[in-house]
Amino acid sequence: MIKAILIFNNHGKPRLIRFYQYFAEDMQQQIIRETFHLVSKRDDNVCNFLEGGSLIGGSDYKLIYRHYATLYFVFCVDSSESELGILDLIQVNLLQFVFVETLDKCFENVCELDLIFHMDKVHYILQEVVMGGMVLETNMNEIVAQVELQNRMEKSEGGLSAAPARAVSAVKNMNLPEIPRNINIGDINIKVPSLSPF
Amino acid sequence: MALKIVKGSIDRMFDKNLQDLVRGIRNHKEDEAKYISTCIDEIKQELKQDNIAVKANAVCKLTYLQMLGYDVSWAAFNIVEVMSSSKFTYKRIGYLAASQCFHEGTDVIMLTTNQIRKDLSSPNQYDTGVALTGLSCFVTPDLARDLANDIMTLMSHTKPYIRKKAVLIMYKVFLKYPESLRPAFPRLKEKLEDPDPGVQSAAVNVICELARRNPKNYLSLAPLFFKLMTSSTNNWVLIKIIKLFGALTPLEPRLGKKLIEPLTNLIHSSPSTSAMSLLYECVNTVIAVLISLSSGMPNHSASIQLCVQKLRILIEDSDQNLKYLGLLAMSKILKTHPKSVQSHKDLILQCLDDKDESIRLRALDLLYGMVSKKNLMEIVKKLMLHVDKAEGTTYRDELLTKIIDICSQSNFQYITNFEWYISILVELTRLEGTRHGHLIASQMLDVAIRVKAIRGFAVAQMATLLDNAHLLTGNTQRNGICEVLYAAAWICGEFSEHLEDPMQTLEAMLRPKVATLPGHIQAVYVQNAAKLFATVLRKHDGETESQAAQETSQLLIDRLPLFVQSANLEVQERASCILQLVKYIQKLQQKNVEVAEEVTALFAGELNPVAPKAQKKVPIPEGLDLDAWINEPPSGSESEDEKPKAVFAKEEPKHSRSRHTEVDEKELARRREVRKQEQASNPFYIKASPSSQKVYDAPGVEHIPVVQIDLSVPLKVPGMPMSDQYLKLEEERRQKEKAERKKKEKKKKREKRGKERKADSGPESEEDITPAHQVDIVTEEMPENALPSDDDDKDPNDPHKALDIDLDKPLADSDKLPVRTHRPEVLKSPAEDRDGESVPQETKKKSGKEKKKDKEKDRKRSKEEKKKKKKPKEVEEELLESQPEEAVQSEETKEAAAPPTSTSAEASDLDFWLSSAPVPPAAQEVTAPSSSAAAVDTSSAAAPESEPDEPKDTEPEDTKSSKHKKKKQKKEKEEKEKKKKKRHHHHHQHHGDAGGEDSVQNGTVEEEEPLPPMSNYSLLAENSYIKMMKEDADQVYDIQGNHQDESKVVVSVIFENKSDSFLKAMEFNVLDSLNSKLQRPEGAGAHDSLTVPFQLPPGVSNEARFVFSVQSIVMPQKLKGTLTFIVKSDESSTHEKLDFKLHFTCTSYLITTPCYSDAYAKLLESGDLKGSSLRLEGINMPFHHLLARICFHHHFSVVERIDSCASMYSRSIQGHHVCLLVKTSDQTVSIDAKCDEPSLLGNVLDEIKQTFSKC
Repeated sequence: MIKAILIFNNHGKPRLIRFYQYFAEDMQQQIIRETFHLVSKRDDNVCNFLEGGSLIGGSDYKLIYRHYATLYFVFCVDSSESELGILDLIQVNLLQFVFVETLDKCFENVCELDLIFHMDKVHYILQEVVMGGMVLETNMNEIVAQVELQNRMEKSEGGLSAAPARAVSAVKNMNLPEIPRNINIGDINIKVPSLSPF
Repeated sequence: MALKIVKGSIDRMFDKNLQDLVRGIRNHKEDEAKYISTCIDEIKQELKQDNIAVKANAVCKLTYLQMLGYDVSWAAFNIVEVMSSSKFTYKRIGYLAASQCFHEGTDVIMLTTNQIRKDLSSPNQYDTGVALTGLSCFVTPDLARDLANDIMTLMSHTKPYIRKKAVLIMYKVFLKYPESLRPAFPRLKEKLEDPDPGVQSAAVNVICELARRNPKNYLSLAPLFFKLMTSSTNNWVLIKIIKLFGALTPLEPRLGKKLIEPLTNLIHSSPSTSAMSLLYECVNTVIAVLISLSSGMPNHSASIQLCVQKLRILIEDSDQNLKYLGLLAMSKILKTHPKSVQSHKDLILQCLDDKDESIRLRALDLLYGMVSKKNLMEIVKKLMLHVDKAEGTTYRDELLTKIIDICSQSNFQYITNFEWYISILVELTRLEGTRHGHLIASQMLDVAIRVKAIRGFAVAQMATLLDNAHLLTGNTQRNGICEVLYAAAWICGEFSEHLEDPMQTLEAMLRPKVATLPGHIQAVYVQNAAKLFATVLRKHDGETESQAAQETSQLLIDRLPLFVQSANLEVQERASCILQLVKYIQKLQQKNVEVAEEVTALFAGELNPVAPKAQKKVPIPEGLDLDAWINEPPSGSESEDEKPKAVFAKEEPKHSRSRHTEVDEKELARRREVRKQEQASNPFYIKASPSSQKVYDAPGVEHIPVVQIDLSVPLKVPGMPMSDQYLKLEEERRQKEKAERKKKEKKKKREKRGKERKADSGPESEEDITPAHQVDIVTEEMPENALPSDDDDKDPNDPHKALDIDLDKPLADSDKLPVRTHRPEVLKSPAEDRDGESVPQETKKKSGKEKKKDKEKDRKRSKEEKKKKKKPKEVEEELLESQPEEAVQSEETKEAAAPPTSTSAEASDLDFWLSSAPVPPAAQEVTAPSSSAAAVDTSSAAAPESEPDEPKDTEPEDTKSSKHKKKKQKKEKEEKEKKKKKRHHHHHQHHGDAGGEDSVQNGTVEEEEPLPPMSNYSLLAENSYIKMMKEDADQVYDIQGNHQDESKVVVSVIFENKSDSFLKAMEFNVLDSLNSKLQRPEGAGAHDSLTVPFQLPPGVSNEARFVFSVQSIVMPQKLKGTLTFIVKSDESSTHEKLDFKLHFTCTSYLITTPCYSDAYAKLLESGDLKGSSLRLEGINMPFHHLLARICFHHHFSVVERIDSCASMYSRSIQGHHVCLLVKTSDQTVSIDAKCDEPSLLGNVLDEIKQTFSKC
């Protein structure tokens, strides 16, 4: 069983947390801090397994982590999981997938920022890989296909923020006192065709 | 309204979305908290709006804030609102938020049950998927119970995406609702062979997780897993299976033998680096196998050696991960083969110097098992060096506990010199800021109490420690270590006769600075000061007008008032008691009265160590009921306030925790009291007293004036022996001994030449090392007739304990998932509800195997009948009590009769599988049982689907059953087993024969006719290629809420491949009528066919479910349909089709619903129902069989039965009530029926008539 998946940066700021066992918010933060403390003082060329996280689990539990650029990917697992298997999972399914497969399509420069701004999307990806603490799927193509299909469905529904919010955020981003060229009020969707959302 | 929408969308322009929020937080680095609180205010505003999009956006932002540590549980209701949105986008956000912040304590979770159920049955697979994912995170016992059945249905969903999620979530459901495990297990097992690799992987995952905790229950699955292991290519699945085998082999050594070869094959075949994980797990399991094997056979030690060598290569690898895992695997070998690991001590000690803490910790673990009498001192010396070097406190603390663990393991087995050990402990007290002071202290106490010979030395060391106490307490950060003083003071006091200068120690113990110590330590100080006082008095006993004795009294009288003022009650109480005592003694001294003896008597007696849990193991004397009241409880509110039981319950955990904490003062005092009264020590009493250890951090302590005594003593306590010296001494001593022995041996040799050469050439063996002291290790005391029970080590709160369920037992009546009922208000108790509902399911379980077991059943039945005759009254009463369940019971007896054969079959299957030696043929045999099982089913023309549901293995016999009966049954069982085995050996290919053979036996029918088997599957259509069977008892659901008068009917169809060819691309199509329509996926046309989600290899059958929506249910329906499929043989493939007619009878719209007689009476009185009646002639069967038939085939339940008259009830999916009154006399059965829908009633009666005309 996987007890928790934590992603945080070099400063210990959480970028994604997913607990498969209930902890109150302050306890969660404490766990993140403790984990960060344990992980961050380790060199990059030491092994990727760590025992001694006292807050989660106990002796049966291990931290398995990868340090990638500015981010730490930490899995807290018990002895039923294969250590190297989980490492592969992080490496192949999460890192490559999260960064290269999905986000890379939208962004040219993949970095921590993408994760920060699209936490929800990363969650959705993660949900296709791990469910309720157990590994659901390890086949990359299958994961990609399912995530894509769901995203397409979201698009067909107009997405959460749909056009208006995106347009507005585009305007906000420009920081120009320019008025969008075409806003249809009355329709829920406001179209600003000439502006790309990002 | 329109204005509102416009306004809403304008507002939305200014709403922040998630990205804006994140950006905002990043731009407000200085006042982040303030910014976020304004954001939360905005979110609260947004949540108040009606627009669901705004709400979803707000919830999305909350999810982010939750990650940052903000409690968002206040928005739980809004999250539920978003979850229930019909749009996938919003739903997904809602479920995400819920999965992040809902938990068992969230009260709105109750509101989600229906919403989740709706989503689970949604036609959109992603709605279902999202709901399952969310549920997996916040499932509660209630949700698990309510939704278990729905999830079970989803396990056979047509989409593999849903199937795999449903399978995986079952594990969570099992954890929360263990009762669901047995009913769901057959289907779970079935999913191990799902055509989709994802579903298969999920099922393997779940079963591995279950089996890890309770492996013995899953041993019978070994052949199946073995087959998967040899066929699967998915690394993840392989790893899981191999890990599972690692857990199973210790239980069944024969399994290990079978595994070794395929595992080594895997190791060789997996390409070097890419599948390192798999390789490693294989090696790991091979180790487990070897361990389990070698316990029986010695010749495997070579293989162990080989494994150790391989691991050494891993450990020496430059990849830190491999090094770590190598050490980890090594520790597994260590447990059973310490010798083979010990030869790699060099390597492991080398790992202690690794820069990586994880690796060092692993190496430490290994060291624990590697010590011997010979190398203990050397290893500990190395560790002490590391302690000095260790930079972080956590690692150092870890080292400290390891040193203590290593030394104290198995009752100080490896310690030859306790002086050395004491000095190691004293050295350890010099560690700054360690958290393990209490650990060192308990070791000191343990050694001093149990090793009598060491007391003198220990006391001297402790006296020095006390004298230099300021070194330990000087720094406030070090206060963890001051626990050591507790032990020091106690040892000095208790064994004060060994003290050289008790006066000096007494003085040290009464220094004003002691008042800064924690309360519990001060209390020990005070108490032991009194003991020392007694010693001093005794020392000066006889000297008249002893100056020293009087000085001591004066010292106490001077210093004790400081403790009397202590804020700590314990200290205060003890101090004032002792102060008064000393004052009294002083008076006596002044009168020159001899007091020494009396004072010493206060502390006389020997303390014995008591084994942990000794109290627990005291057997309760016969006739003593601890729960019984000694006096009648005081009435009314008083007893509630007192709660006498709670006192004990509360203390329970304390006992276990205080195992290695120090003995409490109060306890000591009480012990002494007892000792005074009775000289013999009473271990019962000692353990019984609770040890509470409260530390009062009294604020007042700081204000007490403290005289600073600043002795400039160097950190190294003078006169303290260094442990290193002992090491040298020890070595010298051993050398000497060795030399002496050699001399002796030489002498011997002169006498007996040549024979004993090895003695001086080989290294000295363990036994040669003699301990330096004559050590008398006092063993722990246990009550005389303690029960040897070790089960108390298990954590009673472990959720997995509840899952220790025997899965091979046949499903009993109670093993039912609660099914949603249409009229819950009719129900009185949920348990009974389940029973009633279970009728159709129960009967479904019966399979074709039934027939061949008939004979056996008959025999048993007749026996039961006989017994019934013996106790007719009892039975009668029982019948009256359980009227509504009557039918179920009769079913149950049948099942009870059936299992023994299946038990032996199952057991012998495993035995047979395990006993077959070579691997390649074994792989074939693995497949043989499953396919032959299918063959059996087909030959007996029953439901193949029910095969996995078939009850397996041993069965709880009727409690009433006599010994005689049991014996006989056993015999039968054995016979059967033999037969089965024979069959296996001779022609296990032709399992079909087995059925025939048994049905021949079936010929003899005994006087009491059993209920004939009833199948609820009817043939739908058949040709030379395929056979389709429809399940009569349709699973029906009603979703009135969604579509007005439409109901859904699920039809299970079994497809069975009768040909030798492969059948694929099966498409199922039905010509819809106005009333009934096949539900097709969204976007499909009204005439499109549905693809059957599987292919059929020859001889295999599988089940598919199709959902129909039905508008009117008062008339039976017939739908024409076709199944098209491709027959693929070796040379050619042809397109074939099969026409069929689906017949929806009116009974298939009825649901078995229990009803109670009072409700039933009201229903009949209401007058809304129209009547009709039916007469059946020539019915030649017992009345209860008749009722069972109606219950089974027509989904009725018995409301009440009086003699040959019974009332029955059922309900349609659209809520029509159907009531029957069945009477019988001389082969004539009359049925009076009432229903609020006459045409429905007419059709139902016609169908009942048909059922009985058939037989």
